[in-house]
Amino acid sequence: MHSHSSEFDPHRNDPAVKPPLDPHLKALENEAIHIFREVAAEFENPVMLYSIGKDSSVLLHLARKAFFPGRVPFPLLHIDTGWKFPEMIAFRDEMAEKFDLDLVVYTNPRGDSEKISPFTHGSAYHTDVMKTEALRQALDAGKYDAAFGGARRDEEASRAKERIYSFRTPDHKWDPRNQRPELWNLYNGMIRRGESVRAFPLSNWTEVDIWRYIQAENIPLPPLYYAKTRKFVERDGMLMWAEDPRFEPLPGEQVQEGMLRFRTLGCWPLTGGIRSTAATLDEVIAELEIATVSERQGRAIDRDQAGSMEKKKREGYF
Amino acid sequence: MTAPSSIAAQASNVVPITDAAKAVRDTRPLRLITCGSVDDGKSTLIGRLLWDTKAVKEDQAAALSRDSGKQNDLGLPDFALLLDGLQAEREQGITIDVAYRYFATDRRSFIVADTPGHEQYTRNMATGASTADLAVLLVDARSGLLEQTRRHATIASLMGIKQFVLAVNKFDLVAYDKAVFERIAHDFKELALSLGVRQVTAIPMSALKGENVVYEGRATMPWYDGPTLVETLELATTRTAAAGGFRLPVQRVSRPGESFRGYQGTVAGGSIKPGDSVAILPSGMVANVKQIVTFDLVRNAAVAGDAITLVLDRQVDVSRGDMIVSLDAQPMTGLAFDAQLVALQPGGIEPGKRYWLKAGTRRQRVQVSPLSQLELASGKWKSHSDTLPMNAIGKVRLSFDETAIFDAYEQNRNTGAFILIDPDTLNTVAGGMISAKRSDLGGIHRDGQRVLLSLPADLADELMASEAFAARRDEADVRRVSAARAAELLGEID
Repeated sequence: MHSHSSEFDPHRNDPAVKPPLDPHLKALENEAIHIFREVAAEFENPVMLYSIGKDSSVLLHLARKAFFPGRVPFPLLHIDTGWKFPEMIAFRDEMAEKFDLDLVVYTNPRGDSEKISPFTHGSAYHTDVMKTEALRQALDAGKYDAAFGGARRDEEASRAKERIYSFRTPDHKWDPRNQRPELWNLYNGMIRRGESVRAFPLSNWTEVDIWRYIQAENIPLPPLYYAKTRKFVERDGMLMWAEDPRFEPLPGEQVQEGMLRFRTLGCWPLTGGIRSTAATLDEVIAELEIATVSERQGRAIDRDQAGSMEKKKREGYF
Repeated sequence: MTAPSSIAAQASNVVPITDAAKAVRDTRPLRLITCGSVDDGKSTLIGRLLWDTKAVKEDQAAALSRDSGKQNDLGLPDFALLLDGLQAEREQGITIDVAYRYFATDRRSFIVADTPGHEQYTRNMATGASTADLAVLLVDARSGLLEQTRRHATIASLMGIKQFVLAVNKFDLVAYDKAVFERIAHDFKELALSLGVRQVTAIPMSALKGENVVYEGRATMPWYDGPTLVETLELATTRTAAAGGFRLPVQRVSRPGESFRGYQGTVAGGSIKPGDSVAILPSGMVANVKQIVTFDLVRNAAVAGDAITLVLDRQVDVSRGDMIVSLDAQPMTGLAFDAQLVALQPGGIEPGKRYWLKAGTRRQRVQVSPLSQLELASGKWKSHSDTLPMNAIGKVRLSFDETAIFDAYEQNRNTGAFILIDPDTLNTVAGGMISAKRSDLGGIHRDGQRVLLSLPADLADELMASEAFAARRDEADVRRVSAARAAELLGEID
């Protein structure tokens, strides 16, 4: 039994307690809800990619709003590489429980059988097998014809040209030169069997919008976003979290301890922290508004070469 | 082009955007489209906007200089590289597709549809313009308006954009000559008026030097006391479909339990409150609004743009694709409509082929009969009944098997727009705008008498709100025109 019933308290969220959203965030919220409902209505078997980060948290919040008073009518899919921060996994399970979600967790079996590690195999191979290939396997296994993702167009240059409904071939390929035109809010959801669509309700949000919305809506986030004393090493210009049993310092590396937080979440060996004392949401936002470095800077995945995101996306990465 | 004498008379009607919007500042994100070719400095302008509003971060700038090693003569990175996101674009030095850019000032945020200026610009411009509230048209101060400027302005106005900004760029290259600016600005206002666009702002600028883009250019242009580009954008208005009748295209029916049944969708026009009477189209059934439900609270009103769940006071048959509308201001329903469309794919739009048409949440079969094609160079419509080739803008007649529901695009962009989907490729092959219901006085009333009335709009609204009228709404043809136009039309009959 689900905890939702057809009855709901009309005063459950007293406007006196929670001020209305500013018109800018309201417009973005309305657009995202529209996209959620449209995909849910037009596709047979949608799924929502849930990566546990702040964008996923906003995405989940919007999905709950879109289908209220019903429950979220599709499963959430988490691709677990085995190298996520334990705090992420704990938070994921807590959300699934709290919001009565269908959570599907998928790990590429090659990870175990081949003992794939970002340290021994390199970040590119690890990401290719444990994220991109795993995602393709999970989408095929679930026979999903639409997958929601939290990607934003302001994140990276190749994403700026991504459609809100992004068409994928049966082998999950994205052809950036041959995308369907997208006019007004009229999305074309017609596909053949085996083909699929990635849908991006947050396309028009920026990083600042995400944080302001989290603040306005009081959306829970994994504690990794907030500064606390953590153990880390400085490796290749990146502050790497050093508390996992699998972490091994390189010769000459000193494990340090200090106030650290993360701007994006992913596999801990590939996700650089930043020195920060921002331990609350307000402090994080204040810090962000004077930040001069983009959020993806902490991510090893983007630093290989210009066009690396486009290449990964063509191969099926989100 | 309008005759010079009437321009002088009309010119006083041109409303600078900044004046029109001064009353109430709109803080919703402004969507705009930039039109111009590479030579006009479009990449530099957008780069400048992103740079001066600090939308470009240090590591992105570092990646730019690493990738190119190139810098312009002001020591800034090559902005084009920042903007061309795809590998093929960087390799070929061209922009392929519509890209979306984001920047914000303290007052407002902006979404820019950045469209390539040359190859297939009609298709890309139409895509970018479909959601835009304002068009920034870019010209090189040395060359002034070009044929291309007219083409861009024509497409933008066809797509319903009512606010133009003319960016007279590279002004440093004409020695900041006031006379040059005034000549170009005057030509442009004439052009805009000929297209029916009255909110026009012309700005002399140097995107390269950052003058009158985000920061003012007083030092070099003391004679210019108008707004900068960003000031103009901050004050522009966003489109609302708040006026007119209530429209809710139903996206899905929410039935989480036996006792709750709600109709979910985004309000596409007008407003609604509990107790209002609504009709469900196409069935025509009538009900009253019981509740407006959202996640945050049960609301006492909803307006255009709101994503809501509507609960009605009685059991009626409503499903996805239906439209819930105000009883007293209904959209047009019928089997034949006139429209304008832009052909988006190499196969063009073929006469007689059965396409899928998606409008709002409604998808249905349609046949398209081309009537004429717009010649962009002259702005004239030429009779054309064959296939409309890619990038063509055509007037067409749409014929449906089942009832279609539309407003005129002029009246409501949400309920007047549609896309066509090719049933063979499933690709989106056209974007279109409804002009009017096809008045075929056929059927059962062919031999009856009809009466043309010309009424003040408020009186007509009152009349149409009556039950007697609503019951036979399908049989009436209603057009809203200016008093002068009405007099002209009735004059023809006399």
